[in-house]
Amino acid sequence: MNDVVLYTVLSLTGIGLLAAVVLYYVSKKFHVTEDERIARVEAVLPNTNCGGCGQPGCHAFAEAVVKSGDLSVLHCPVGGNPVMKQVAEVLGVKAVEKDPYIAVVRCSGSFEYRKKTNVYDGAPSCAIAAQLYSGDTGCAYGCLGMGDCVVACDFEAMYMDEKTGLPVIIEDKCTACNACVKSCPKDILELWPKGKKNQRIYVACLNEEKGSTARKECAVACSGCAKCAEACRYEAITIDHNLATIDPDKCKLCAECIDTCDVRNIIATNFSPEKLQQASEHRQKREERERKKREEEKAQATANNNPEPTV
Amino acid sequence: MKNRAFHKELKTFRLGGVHPQDNKLSASAPLAQLPLPKQVTIPIIQHIGAPAKVVVQRGDTVKVGQVIAQHEGFISSNIHASCSGRIGIIEEVMDSSGFKHLAVNIRVKGDDWLETIDRTDTLVEEITLSRDEIVARVMEAGVVGMGGAGFPSHAKIKVPEGKTIDTLIINGVECEPYLTADHRLMLEKPREIIVGVRILMKALGVSRSIIGIEDNKHDAIELFEELLHEDKQIEVQPLEVQYPQGGEKQLIQALLNREVPSGGLPADVGVIVHNVGTTFAIYEAVQKNKPLVERVVTVTGKDVKQPSNFWVRIGTPVIELITAAGGLPESTGKVVSGGPMMGKAIADLEVPVAKGTSGILMIAQAETKRAEEYNCVHCGKCIEACPMGLEPYRLLLLSKAGQSEKSKRENVLDCIECGSCSFVCPSNRPILDYIRLSKTKVKKLK
Repeated sequence: MNDVVLYTVLSLTGIGLLAAVVLYYVSKKFHVTEDERIARVEAVLPNTNCGGCGQPGCHAFAEAVVKSGDLSVLHCPVGGNPVMKQVAEVLGVKAVEKDPYIAVVRCSGSFEYRKKTNVYDGAPSCAIAAQLYSGDTGCAYGCLGMGDCVVACDFEAMYMDEKTGLPVIIEDKCTACNACVKSCPKDILELWPKGKKNQRIYVACLNEEKGSTARKECAVACSGCAKCAEACRYEAITIDHNLATIDPDKCKLCAECIDTCDVRNIIATNFSPEKLQQASEHRQKREERERKKREEEKAQATANNNPEPTV
Repeated sequence: MKNRAFHKELKTFRLGGVHPQDNKLSASAPLAQLPLPKQVTIPIIQHIGAPAKVVVQRGDTVKVGQVIAQHEGFISSNIHASCSGRIGIIEEVMDSSGFKHLAVNIRVKGDDWLETIDRTDTLVEEITLSRDEIVARVMEAGVVGMGGAGFPSHAKIKVPEGKTIDTLIINGVECEPYLTADHRLMLEKPREIIVGVRILMKALGVSRSIIGIEDNKHDAIELFEELLHEDKQIEVQPLEVQYPQGGEKQLIQALLNREVPSGGLPADVGVIVHNVGTTFAIYEAVQKNKPLVERVVTVTGKDVKQPSNFWVRIGTPVIELITAAGGLPESTGKVVSGGPMMGKAIADLEVPVAKGTSGILMIAQAETKRAEEYNCVHCGKCIEACPMGLEPYRLLLLSKAGQSEKSKRENVLDCIECGSCSFVCPSNRPILDYIRLSKTKVKKLK
């Protein structure tokens, strides 16, 4: 009996020692030297592993950024410019500043404006509902309201508003990681430049149907009337497929378009009412001036007996 | 069991399957002509493949059978005016798929048919057209698979290059509960269907054909046995009642014991399957020069006053059928286009009947309501029920986790969406919903 115990202990110890020697040798012989900067970059990253940068996780981002040494493409949207500055310090390269982004909800079709035409009682997921049919309201472009985006958000930056049935983004928490954008089957969420003083202007509608049809389905749908596009001085608003879209790169946040929309569906975030009022008056004055100018030109043209009408 | 004139052994498929309640309430209701509606809305996509191209304009006058949308390419199908009258608005409308598609509206006036169409009931048995002419005629007539999938039939008649077809299978299974459209058609137009089978055999160049009929349709089996007892080429095979026997792959397994390979087509094992409804439409197209402008639709439900089978012009609003069957019962929770297993609830009663609409089913609120979902208990019932040998519970989990590549390796694309897994799940998990989502994602991977 004692012999059995003795032999067992001895043989196991022997195997253990042998394995230790082999492992030691192998670890020395095949040692992989990882760039120590990778660990340092990873330490300054937020380590949320959200995938917002396009890499599978923070470690992969660190590897990629160390390998390329170029900060113009790779950017951590969660950490933003402060973190990228630290990364630049670690790598000893120049930091590249990028405008912060935020997710916006491009649908205003709350319960009040967009009546339900049928009842959906399938699996509670927007993705499933979206491939089954066009939705429980008349609008085939609008929010389905089952909150796939809220589930996708890792930062608790979204919630479903029970009164409107639409998702709401909490500005301070949103990191523009793109998870909600990818989860939305109707492409309602979009990353938008956060803007100076956190101000931004966008059209909260994606309905591409004819104006009359769209309005029948939703009281605040964009009808593509182009009043906002006409009012815009910077040609930032385009009308395509009966839908107004604002180009955030061209928009100068003058807010003069806001009150041209008869359903008030151009959303201006973080603008004071006074500023909007001012913008509106400014636009009206400008239009008045332009109208007068045209009339004068017309009068002059008739005085000159010019048969060709001037524009 | 009744006194049976036939003594053949019942066959069925080997893998999986479920037994939902039959509920064939309209089985004894003879085919009736639905009165012409005031207007029809004809979607130009009623088939798999390229959408047809509209060739009429608003204000044009059309006759029944006139082409209003021309096929684009070989895997596409002609769309014909199903009623005579004036073309109304051509716009996107909601159809039974639940999405908006371009459709042509016709304001019905009279019932004026094209002169080339033979509308008499006389049986034309002699097949004069050649193989290629048959394919061309079927293509011209816009016949598509009427069991629901809507694959253009002419594409299935033309034997693919490098493949040899030895058997033609005629699908008279109608395994969906409630539906009786094919059953009634088999009872009332058996001779026409048999001529249709001969046309298909000629076009495919095969000398053997089997008509598979489930055992719950004794009268149809007996009728075909009687008509075909001297025929050496066409055989009638009664089948055990089991869902989803009407699935192409299941039917081939049941009748011939051949297995269609994963991702393959029936032609890979030398078989072509056509539905009896399609066979009848092919008979009419080839022998009567009549395009597919009407079909049999079962209108049924437990609380429906008169469960019926109607001849319905394509494009008729569903509400007309419901009214003709005694109106919408108050208890109705869902109106389903198709059968209860694979059908789809419709969001609007104005949606038009399409070439693939086999039934309109009104289910009571109490029966449609989804029960509360629980966690998977790993009982394996879904695996037992799956006729394709998949592991549905696992596919659900993979779909929820967004693991498309793994789902692909688990052969999610082999799923025929019969819904047997969701039907048997004791935890009421929406298995098929998630599998369908996964299929869409996997198809995008390629």
